[in-house]
Amino acid sequence: MNTIVCIKQVLDPEIPPAKFKIDPEEKQVIPPPGVPPVISVYDERAVEAACRLKDKHKGKITVVSMGSQKAADVIKHAISMGADEGFVLQDAAFENLDSFGTAYVLGKAIQKIGGYDLVLCGRQAADWGAGEVGSILGEMLGIPVVTLACDIQAVDQTLVVKRIVSDGFEVLEAPMPCLITVSSEIGLPRLPAGPRLMMARKKQIPVWKAQDIGAESSKLDKANAHTEVIALSVPTRKTECEIITGSTPGEAAVNLALKISKLI
Amino acid sequence: MDNHKGVLVCGETADGKLAPVTIELLGLGRKLANELGEPLSTLLMGSKAGGLGQEAIAYGADNVYVAEDGLLDHYNSDGYTQIAADLCRQVLPSIMLLGHTDIGLDLAPRLNGRLGGGLAVDCTALSIDPATRLLVSTRPVFGGNAYATMLARSARPQMATVRAKTVPPAERNDSRQGQVIPVEGKIDPSALKVKVVERIKEQVDGVKLEDAEVVVSGGRGIGSAENFGMLRELANVLSGAVGATRPACDEGWVPARLQVGQSGRVVSPKLYIAVALSGAMAHIAGCLGSKVIVAINKDKDANIFSVARYGIVGDYKEILPALTAKLKELKSV
Repeated sequence: MNTIVCIKQVLDPEIPPAKFKIDPEEKQVIPPPGVPPVISVYDERAVEAACRLKDKHKGKITVVSMGSQKAADVIKHAISMGADEGFVLQDAAFENLDSFGTAYVLGKAIQKIGGYDLVLCGRQAADWGAGEVGSILGEMLGIPVVTLACDIQAVDQTLVVKRIVSDGFEVLEAPMPCLITVSSEIGLPRLPAGPRLMMARKKQIPVWKAQDIGAESSKLDKANAHTEVIALSVPTRKTECEIITGSTPGEAAVNLALKISKLI
Repeated sequence: MDNHKGVLVCGETADGKLAPVTIELLGLGRKLANELGEPLSTLLMGSKAGGLGQEAIAYGADNVYVAEDGLLDHYNSDGYTQIAADLCRQVLPSIMLLGHTDIGLDLAPRLNGRLGGGLAVDCTALSIDPATRLLVSTRPVFGGNAYATMLARSARPQMATVRAKTVPPAERNDSRQGQVIPVEGKIDPSALKVKVVERIKEQVDGVKLEDAEVVVSGGRGIGSAENFGMLRELANVLSGAVGATRPACDEGWVPARLQVGQSGRVVSPKLYIAVALSGAMAHIAGCLGSKVIVAINKDKDANIFSVARYGIVGDYKEILPALTAKLKELKSV
């Protein structure tokens, strides 16, 4: 079974909000110094889902990440988990693409790789979080799409997928090839074992430019973007925290109880 | 020349009635349509959709398109995408609104992929720019730590999914006039590539996290699965639910479904008690909508105090038992 996983490198969402700064002019986030970017949490689960299928059914896992040269780090992370190879899609023309542009570039790379049974994406990115790229990509590739998977089993040529809905889940049967977006309920990603970690670290990750995947410049032209961000702002929070005290921790707790009992 | 006109609301039904979010979208859609001087339409799917046509008109629709097909009684991505895409190609709406619901989350991106429109998801504010007459959508990004304002200059339809309870529901007026128009064309069952074989409702013990009016959440500082018992006691006294940060779930102290935050559940209770958690961006994303946040943390500089209304600086193990006991006493009075 051959799986292609699309992954994204993002700002680490586990930072304290005080380190989160934006450039309102450029409508961009300013990466906090000294905080390395990470694989987007859902994408890591998508890699985990691919590894579980490979554990059972063998096959090959290829990962692709559109971003900067640094995206090689998340490709190596995926390889250390169990992926076989990966490609960074980096080109000045790929910067700040909208969801359609991103799906187009990923689609071109996927067509170049070819021979896939399954394409996996995280349900949404941990940064802009639109949750659009997977579905658009599936439509572009002309394959069925299942979103929000929490379990994927391969039975003959069919994938049995559990997907999350607000009051429980649905069980679906999807033919291959198809595209599935993975939710965090699929479970924790594996911790890479030492030797795989070493191997992944040494691996050379090829970088594909627009011409390598045959991406047409008109599709990457910002003038043809489907959506445009016209403003980015950080909301000001006016919360003033009242610190409740007491002569002992227990007394502070009693004072807090008196405050909050009025709220409910 | 752009010949796209009007606002189309993709409707949802629940228990044979219009879903609350659809009534909200009809109110919003009416307002946007009036500003543009264009009609408001809605699409209703399912074998009994026609029976709701007059109701949708009463809530503001000029045209109600009904796709009455048993294959649409339950949501399935392939069928809904096909019907909605075909209708959009026929009606050419300028704006299409969906709820940011189970259906909208799946349908909107896929439909947009098929139609080539411009989509903003999970919007909290929508308006028409008077100069350009374009739809301007605002949505939380970076887990609610920032807001992005977006528009689609030329891609059509301009699509948005709107969070439930963002806008007030439309007012019902049974004297309103409108048309109910059957959607031509049936679904070819062989076009449904992905089959829904089962729908399972999750049984939850006690109060469901998303529905709870009080949530007591713990972070890495709780230290063990056993210690979460103290949080559970406090939650029980307040008839609330227990939540946790991602690190606490990753440690296996509580099940992953209790995770509050960007990659977990988003909650908006009346009272959110954050215990021994620092307040990372990803966690704050899941609880910012709470009416009142209370923080209990050893570290007076912890970020959680910057979003809290009340706080105690100290060891939660010395605070929670007294807090629980006092609240129990106050409750019994």
